Amino acid sequence: MSDYLPHTDAEIAEMLGFLGLGGLDELFSAVPAAVRLAGGLDLEPGRPEPDVVAEVQALAARNRPVGRDLVCFAGAGAYDHEVPAVVRALASRSEFVTAYTPYQAEVAQGVLQAVFEYQTMVSRLAGLPVANASLYDGASALVEGINLATGASGRQAVLVSDGVHPHWRAVARTLAAGTGHELAAMPLADDVGRTTLAVPTGVAPASIGAVVVAQPNWFGTVEDLAAARAFADELGALLVVAMDPVAAGVLRSPGASGADVVVGEGQALGTRLSFGGPYLGLFACSRAQVRRLPGRLVGETVDADGTRGYVTTLRAREQDIRREKATSNVCTNQTLMAVTAAIQLSWLGPRGLHEVATRCAQGAHYCHDQLVAQPGVTATSSAPFLREFAVTTAAPADTVLSRLADEGFLGGVSAATLEHGPARTEEGPLERVVVVAVTERRTRAEIDAFAAAFGKAAR
Amino acid sequence: MTGAAGGRARSAPLLGRDAEPTIFELSVTGRHAVQLRTTDVPATPLDELVDAGQLREAPVGLPEVSERDLVGHFTRLSHRQFSVDLGAYPLGSCTMKYNPKAFDELAALPGLADVHPASPPSLSQGWLELLCDLERELCAVTGMHAATLQPAAGAAGELTGLLLMRAYHASNGEARTKVVIPDSAHGTNPASVTLGGYETVTVPSDSRGLVDVAALRAVLDRDVAGIMLTNPNTLGLFEEEIQEIAAAVHEVGGLLYYDGANLNAILGVVRPGDMGFDVVHLNLHKTFATPHGGGGPGAGPVAVSERLAPFLPGPLPRRGEDGAVEWWTPPRSIGRLHSWHGNAVVLARAHAYLRLHGADGLLRVAQRAVLNANWLRQRLSATYAAAFDRPCMHEVVLTASALKKSSGVRALDVAKRLLEEGFHAPTVYFPLVVDEALMVEPTETESLQTLEALAEAFERIAEEAAADPEGAHAAPRTTPVRRLDEALAARHLVATEDDRTAT
Repeated sequence: MSDYLPHTDAEIAEMLGFLGLGGLDELFSAVPAAVRLAGGLDLEPGRPEPDVVAEVQALAARNRPVGRDLVCFAGAGAYDHEVPAVVRALASRSEFVTAYTPYQAEVAQGVLQAVFEYQTMVSRLAGLPVANASLYDGASALVEGINLATGASGRQAVLVSDGVHPHWRAVARTLAAGTGHELAAMPLADDVGRTTLAVPTGVAPASIGAVVVAQPNWFGTVEDLAAARAFADELGALLVVAMDPVAAGVLRSPGASGADVVVGEGQALGTRLSFGGPYLGLFACSRAQVRRLPGRLVGETVDADGTRGYVTTLRAREQDIRREKATSNVCTNQTLMAVTAAIQLSWLGPRGLHEVATRCAQGAHYCHDQLVAQPGVTATSSAPFLREFAVTTAAPADTVLSRLADEGFLGGVSAATLEHGPARTEEGPLERVVVVAVTERRTRAEIDAFAAAFGKAAR
Repeated sequence: MTGAAGGRARSAPLLGRDAEPTIFELSVTGRHAVQLRTTDVPATPLDELVDAGQLREAPVGLPEVSERDLVGHFTRLSHRQFSVDLGAYPLGSCTMKYNPKAFDELAALPGLADVHPASPPSLSQGWLELLCDLERELCAVTGMHAATLQPAAGAAGELTGLLLMRAYHASNGEARTKVVIPDSAHGTNPASVTLGGYETVTVPSDSRGLVDVAALRAVLDRDVAGIMLTNPNTLGLFEEEIQEIAAAVHEVGGLLYYDGANLNAILGVVRPGDMGFDVVHLNLHKTFATPHGGGGPGAGPVAVSERLAPFLPGPLPRRGEDGAVEWWTPPRSIGRLHSWHGNAVVLARAHAYLRLHGADGLLRVAQRAVLNANWLRQRLSATYAAAFDRPCMHEVVLTASALKKSSGVRALDVAKRLLEEGFHAPTVYFPLVVDEALMVEPTETESLQTLEALAEAFERIAEEAAADPEGAHAAPRTTPVRRLDEALAARHLVATEDDRTAT
């Protein structure tokens, strides 16, 4: 029998006897017979651990992970960064992995302090004074940012740049069906460049509670946050910036550029690609908005002896206390990924993060130059970029990427597939656009080989 | 009885009870740990690549530590942390069962952990098959027709379910405005109701701790989109009139939503689909043993009946005629709920758990979970009254009301004393309908010996309460820190290192 149950037959008999029951089935006498399952679950019988491990290993073998045999040039919020053994070892300590929410703070100082340190780092990256203990991912952080801004302003409309990750915008649209927020799009210059900061027709300017831009945007373009701040000021709206936390190692912080709320995806801070999850939603805001901060928040205090310690705080914001009046329903979040990020950022240090971001930029620009020198490949725009960029290919992007996979490269992401889905029926302007990311792990030799293969694949 | 208690943690920690410095306090300017790959990429100066006006003036204020100090710091922090691995964690409503180590290794396989989420299906058939299999398994466990694996936590699943209800009613040309919840509901339920665009209508529990069906009937009308229930409920009691409740709600055209937080009690015994539920969320980090991570990640898949399947979030994995799995979005999908495919690695762990246990193993899990909780209830019945004096399911809600009256020792004090005894405390002050509530969920992976030691600890606390209430109020005294000043933390917010150094 395969399970992790400690009870011996003798113990079960003893326990049933203690309860005056004749068999385990009597434990369920409160369940009406009419609904009880007669024949057992429609699942196969259990199998011992080594069998299951082998089975899942076989499934894993049917995927192509990034590595030497599939060199990664894909990004779009999921990056192949250096995650050293020391970060993996510390983040996988079972004391962090198998703990739960710090409801009893006296025995949870490990997680609480690690999260306090994480909050400090995210706050400094964002350039805003308060950061929470994490949200699910960049998409949910965006939604919470929209909810905070509309709640704070009392206005229901939000302008969202097309430069924000397409999947995040899709999630925001899904959840707006519940909140009733009106989401309107701001297009990008040349489809991939900077946001055209204008109120779309049909939207009343006085109804706009927030302007949302991504920095850099999902095509890699470095946006003009000062212009976004000025535009938001004209509208009397809040500025929400979706931050790339690695780019934030070199770019002026969104807070310093006037953002009221910063959201983002923290996968790049020590979490492996993981087929998309679990990832890490980053969230920061000003002190004035802290009562609307979603999710958990760790605060410093002292204990009965005056010793420094940590607790979850401002709990009255949260669902278990405010219930239907809570501004967010978040309970379980992504604490382990937040702890991982604190460890990764501590390993990087200020110069390490700066160096990583710089090398990403150097690699991306070198790669861009090699690619656009290939026949069949052109620069999609002249917009400034940091660690990611768009190129236009002669062949459709999906075809190019398929050919590149055969050559051992995960060549980027297909812009049209991310924006419109794989089952799209129409060809839009993004059909031949590939978004390429270059991290600090890519060598010159890899980039050169990639460029040559890309040239062949793009025809 | 032979055997010492395998779940008692009084033998830790090792040395000293000082505060651990923060990583910032351990920093020394110029120290570093980072080592990056040699790439030979041309080192063009950054301000030739990006306009100088866009650049930070100084690097981000991050720690500057050696790798050795990085390891020391986080290792010591881990020693100041209770976890399931360390000892029994009877936190009601959270199902803190043992997290199998084999699944940690699976989660770290490059073939799972190093796959990019934008990989096309041709490069990720292993993942797509796994997700298809998990969907089938979760539907089998719950008696439902189809599922989405995108929601990243239970609360996200709740909101997904509410949006599915909204879409379903809209497809019938109806714009219902209310959702009913019992007064014993978990706080995420009403919070999700609000985010779903609905008004919460609360129905009271009756004298047996169950939904008052007459009161429910009184609030049901064609403006009610549905009811959110968990079964067993948060008092650990099975809603015996679930069929009547389902009939009443369906009769007004409403839907039934099942909060899967308590699914551990009924695996293989009864399925939510057979009870009449239309939408079900599961908490994989509870029922299916994915580790809680100190507060996440979890996963909250949502399974639905056939009539709601067209509205499921997409894309979702679907097996094509040629056997290959593709991404597909249902025709009337409510849209995407996650930036990618959900908490995929968490989903993989749950799939492995389901494969290992199978139909027979899952039933054993439920049986022993309910056996353990009832054994504790009975064992403690002389000292702590259960809120409802009858058999429970996988968790029991005790009350410290009598103790408070006789000695002034409250549920909070009992919880803190239990920490001194080498156990994590149960959930306290929830559900709200019970005064001085102690919600105890031992789970099925704790042994009889551990339960006995836990019971003895509870009894000792009650005995000593009369003679030494101050001792209980002063607890915990043996933990790394003593009772913390939560009021100060809220009054004077220090949420970052900069907040502290600024004051």
